[in-house]
Amino acid sequence: MADLTTRFAGIDSPNPFWLASGPPTNCGDQVARAFDAGWGGAVWKTIGEPIVNVSSRYSSVDWNGARMMGLNNIELITDRPIEANLREIAAVKKKYPKHAVIASLMVVSRREAWHEIVRRTEDSGADGLELNFGCPHGMSERGMGSAVGQVPQYAMLITEWVKEVARTPVLVKLTPNVADIRTIARAARAGGADGLSAINTLNSITGVDLDTFTPRPDVGGKTSHGGYCGPAVKPIALHMVQQLAADPECALPVSGIGGISNWREAAEFLLLGCHSLQVCTAVMHFGYRIVEDMIDGLGNWMDEKGFRTLDDFRGLSLPRVTDWNRLDLNYKIVARIHPELCIGCGLCYIACWDGAHQCIHVEGAATPEQLLDESRARIAQTPMVVALDTAHTPPARIPKVDEPACVGCNLCWLVCPVEGAITMDRIETGLPPQTWEQRAG
Amino acid sequence: MTSPREFAASFAEIHPPLGPREALVEANRCLYCFDAPCANACPTHIDVPAFIKKIASGNPGGSAITILNANILGLSCARVCPVEVLCEGACVMHRYNQRPIEIGRLQRHAMDRFYEAGRRLPVAALDKSGRVACIGAGPASLACAAALRQRGFAVTIFDSRPLAGGLNTYGVAEYKLRSSDSLREVELVRSLGVQFQLSVEIGGERRIKELEDQFEVIFLAVGLGPVQPLDIPGENLPGVIDALRFIAEYKTHRGAPVGRRVVVVGGGNTAIDAATAALRLGAEEVHVLYRRSETEMPAFEFEYDLAKQEGVRFHWLAQPVAIHGAEAVESVECVRMELGPPDRKGRRQPQQIPGSNFRLSCDMVIPSIGQSRLLDFLSQFRDIRLTSGCVDVHPSTGQTTNPRYFAGGDCVNGGREVVDAVAEGNRAAAAIANALPGIVEARRG
Repeated sequence: MADLTTRFAGIDSPNPFWLASGPPTNCGDQVARAFDAGWGGAVWKTIGEPIVNVSSRYSSVDWNGARMMGLNNIELITDRPIEANLREIAAVKKKYPKHAVIASLMVVSRREAWHEIVRRTEDSGADGLELNFGCPHGMSERGMGSAVGQVPQYAMLITEWVKEVARTPVLVKLTPNVADIRTIARAARAGGADGLSAINTLNSITGVDLDTFTPRPDVGGKTSHGGYCGPAVKPIALHMVQQLAADPECALPVSGIGGISNWREAAEFLLLGCHSLQVCTAVMHFGYRIVEDMIDGLGNWMDEKGFRTLDDFRGLSLPRVTDWNRLDLNYKIVARIHPELCIGCGLCYIACWDGAHQCIHVEGAATPEQLLDESRARIAQTPMVVALDTAHTPPARIPKVDEPACVGCNLCWLVCPVEGAITMDRIETGLPPQTWEQRAG
Repeated sequence: MTSPREFAASFAEIHPPLGPREALVEANRCLYCFDAPCANACPTHIDVPAFIKKIASGNPGGSAITILNANILGLSCARVCPVEVLCEGACVMHRYNQRPIEIGRLQRHAMDRFYEAGRRLPVAALDKSGRVACIGAGPASLACAAALRQRGFAVTIFDSRPLAGGLNTYGVAEYKLRSSDSLREVELVRSLGVQFQLSVEIGGERRIKELEDQFEVIFLAVGLGPVQPLDIPGENLPGVIDALRFIAEYKTHRGAPVGRRVVVVGGGNTAIDAATAALRLGAEEVHVLYRRSETEMPAFEFEYDLAKQEGVRFHWLAQPVAIHGAEAVESVECVRMELGPPDRKGRRQPQQIPGSNFRLSCDMVIPSIGQSRLLDFLSQFRDIRLTSGCVDVHPSTGQTTNPRYFAGGDCVNGGREVVDAVAEGNRAAAAIANALPGIVEARRG
């Protein structure tokens, strides 16, 4: 049986699945229910001087009928008193001593203010602190959040202030709204941080209401840019955690955040070097219960692969990310369409013609336009005697790949709705591996 | 007779419409195939993926126009098309998750919204010379007339009945297509500027000559004749009414007298329509006699399934030989059949088993053994060649052997679906538009 216990920057938890700082960790009752559901840790909704929120606060990008492919929010940090939050942290910690409770913090950029909040929070029994240098909306206009996280000197300075008094591990939460996330990570390390959390949300406007012309979310006819998260941002997050994990100058453990909604994505973040995982949007969408499959699925996958602990595969994929210049130019794959699985939808064909290199063909048609013309000219009639064969694709509808012309771009394979109907197969070129560096001398 | 409320209830549409949410979910399931098999299977080549994606994108108006551009009778086709053997039968989803996209119901969703919103199509200017007469106001003519009028030609539709729409108005089971919906489509065609002359008989040398003088091109879409007689004793007894007359009567009057025990003769889709209508109108028992066996029955499988579910009883390999009764129908005398060797078309011919006669008591008999050909009527038109009572046309133009005559619909194809008639009307319209300048020129010359 796989062992999911986690140690990240000196903080222990029964599994790597933590709730990220946000609405699901707004109060003690919520965090307790989340731990009962199986979550291994929780980063408390950012604590600081209470604010006033607007309504509405969220908006989303739906895609092809699926809701919340991406979510954006303009909610600020906690609107509850510091004392209430700290009291509840203490209560939760007492009831769940083995779970990780991290306090996310954000106060004005004054040394005394940071010293005070750090002391009070640690007194409540929190296992660690996460400095919110990432929030891109609202608080940043007041000189906090990403206003700090976008300037390496500020990030380093505040981390130093915190480390002057902190007794528990200090994590710095990074904003992706920078040119190179590594510069802030290096500054945090220089300031003494024990770990990193990445990524926070991306600046975004999710859409515009076509009747009112107000971009979303609508706050009395106006909006403000919000922080984008959810499944849509996972690729950006994966890239950034890889950058951090692969950078010797950052050299801090990373808690991965950004679009994780199931165990597969969790495994991806771990393979790219993360030590723990934080989830928010998926819980906002479906509730705490999703953690059950995360634990179950990750454990089953580890058993299947022969990994006993998370350390057995952490960072395993990192060496497989390199510069483009070091990729083998002589590695060659081509698309192969498997007729027994092809359903004849034609999506690979039109994708190759319009979006790639015109090397998938349908017999008897020189171009897609000619194919359509011929189909439209064909006379179809309602069959009088019905002998429909719906189980087999008519051979004429199964496209053919011109293998010598195929550049191996993957597009047809990506658009194909049927798993396995197109495979990208290795072709032996007989040439030794050669990178651009080598070719260009 | 049933009350209007009872009639509406028992003839409620059998396929419930999709709600807006259902439609959206179903539309999003469509893969958006290229050179889509559904569109290719449709005789009118409706761009199915395009209209479905317009539902999904929140462009219902555009969706309806996409449908109507290919098929002006999109509303009725969405209801009466045998989609199982056409678009939905061709859907690639059969091989994906076994559940084809509900194209018929999505089309209906788009068309219902179009009509509910009271929308109309743009009216084209009458800027082309050349006048066209369409004989018959059924689907083929409506399609041909609409397409020609939209291209700027003057078109007049003639029909002997008081209402236009042909079998869509008079001959389709009410629970599949209400006459009122058929008439909405007629109104759409009228709104394009097509002229209608209804309750007008065409025929006789003089009348045809007049037509030929007034119109450059004549499109024949007169359909088929009445249901063929059984040619057995007792056929004229009260209580015998052919399926098309029966259906037209109950649709026109929203109710019709029906027997307690009804025998329908024939195994086609119209026989099924008549049988299930008889049940809905209050018959206690409905029996269908078919002279071949279940496997040879020409009705579509889903029509047969519907009839079985509703309690229609089928008698295979049985043929009526006489209808008995003193003053009205009392029973049908049948003979049992067996299937002999296959004929030239490979169909096994039924043969009577001597001495196997039996009687089914009943008080109503509905013959439904196919429509007769309008041989006498069609023979009045000069130089038009007929084969087996159907008009010979060029398959891609609908042009007859008389170059000023085109034809389409059941009088050409012998009796197919509404969508086939629309397709033939469309093809003829395109060919007529091409041919008209030359014909106009020749007549001037």
